[in-house]
Amino acid sequence: MIEIKKLTKQADNKLILRGIDLSITQGETVAILGPNGAGKSTLLKVLATLIKPTSGLVKINGLDLIKDHIEVKKLFGYLPHSSLLYDHYTPLENLVFFGDLYGVKDVEKRARNLVNEVGLSFFINEPVKNFSRGMIQRIAIARAIIHEPKIMLLDEPHTGLDQGAISILNNVILSMKEKGCTTLMVTHDFKQAAAICDRIIIVKNGKIADDFKINNKSLNLVSEKYQVLVEGVS
Amino acid sequence: MLRTALTIAKKDIYSELRTKQVLGTMIIFAGLVILVLSFAFDPANNTTKAVIPGAVWIIIVFSGILGLNRSLVSEQRNDTMHGLLVAPMDASSIYLGKFLANFSMILVVELVSIPFLFLLFDFKITGSILYFILVLFVGSFGFIAIGTFLAALASNSKSSEMLLPLLLFPMTSPVLIGVTQATKIILTNMEKLPTAIAWLQLVTAYDVIFFVLCFLLIEYVLEV
Repeated sequence: MIEIKKLTKQADNKLILRGIDLSITQGETVAILGPNGAGKSTLLKVLATLIKPTSGLVKINGLDLIKDHIEVKKLFGYLPHSSLLYDHYTPLENLVFFGDLYGVKDVEKRARNLVNEVGLSFFINEPVKNFSRGMIQRIAIARAIIHEPKIMLLDEPHTGLDQGAISILNNVILSMKEKGCTTLMVTHDFKQAAAICDRIIIVKNGKIADDFKINNKSLNLVSEKYQVLVEGVS
Repeated sequence: MLRTALTIAKKDIYSELRTKQVLGTMIIFAGLVILVLSFAFDPANNTTKAVIPGAVWIIIVFSGILGLNRSLVSEQRNDTMHGLLVAPMDASSIYLGKFLANFSMILVVELVSIPFLFLLFDFKITGSILYFILVLFVGSFGFIAIGTFLAALASNSKSSEMLLPLLLFPMTSPVLIGVTQATKIILTNMEKLPTAIAWLQLVTAYDVIFFVLCFLLIEYVLEV
């Protein structure tokens, strides 16, 4: 599904990504962990086509990330720190606008269904600027999946969410996984990573320091590996 | 490409109709310029009429800058520009959408302010109204095409509101010189129409070259 070979990204003489090699198969839910400045978000931005790589090869579903960027963009849904929503628009208007950009058919019906799914049908005609962080994130999740993507790229999606919103987000990720959607999630939340992911990648200094599968939602395994690799605890 | 560009333009115009921030400011600014000009130059004096062609373009340029500044800076709130950049379209679609929205807004400003200017100064067009509309269209097209591109370039700067006029005036000076000359001839002295047409041809060529250039280069300007 996602093939990354010798990926590097340089900015202002600083090498942010130092030769990433990674292969992710369809349906995997992968958490990318690492300290601040390790290059996690940069990796996600490269995959989201927001940043051009300095060198290396990225293929998504057999398509070249740069040459076939329009086809690649149709495949993924991107959820970064910011909501990417227009404040003065209602949830419905935001979702219809982004749905139109993706060429979603019967977009209004799809948008209404998604607003219902994220539990905000009562606020469907309220401008987003009046919403709390949790409510905004729920609509942002709906925006990211409006076109039913095959890959979800999530950048710290659990940050600042209440338990209700975390539960909705996790349900969305798991239900998308059931449909065969691949998820790449940059996070600092080990608990959520262990709960919903089946593979963990630890990034340090722009390189992959470890890459392992987790079974039984083992939070301890994740914490131990992270401490050894990143914090130097033996 | 056109479908996504129209979606973006529709979104911008709909936002404007809802918030009434940019268009309202542009029209109020244009009205204020006309009022100040009417205080400075006696509308009853015939020599004042010579100021009108220049006044038309002063209004368009300065109120246009207000709109251009906002059109790209507004996409920084909640990083909505990233939302556009990850959507399945070329960066040139974003440029085209923004251009169409800005162009529509400046046409509305012209539609409101120019009749007001002519009324206040009791200016009677002795030339051709159709040619005048053509000059307005060609001049506004070039100004907004270059302005939208430079607004995208300046929007990444902290002092974008200061940077945009500094970049925009030198780049659009051939357009502004050409259309002001053509407007002067078309409004007051139709005998020199061939000269006005020559100016128009020059501006049209400049418009086409810069529109294509902006269209091709916008990808590098919008890169994160």
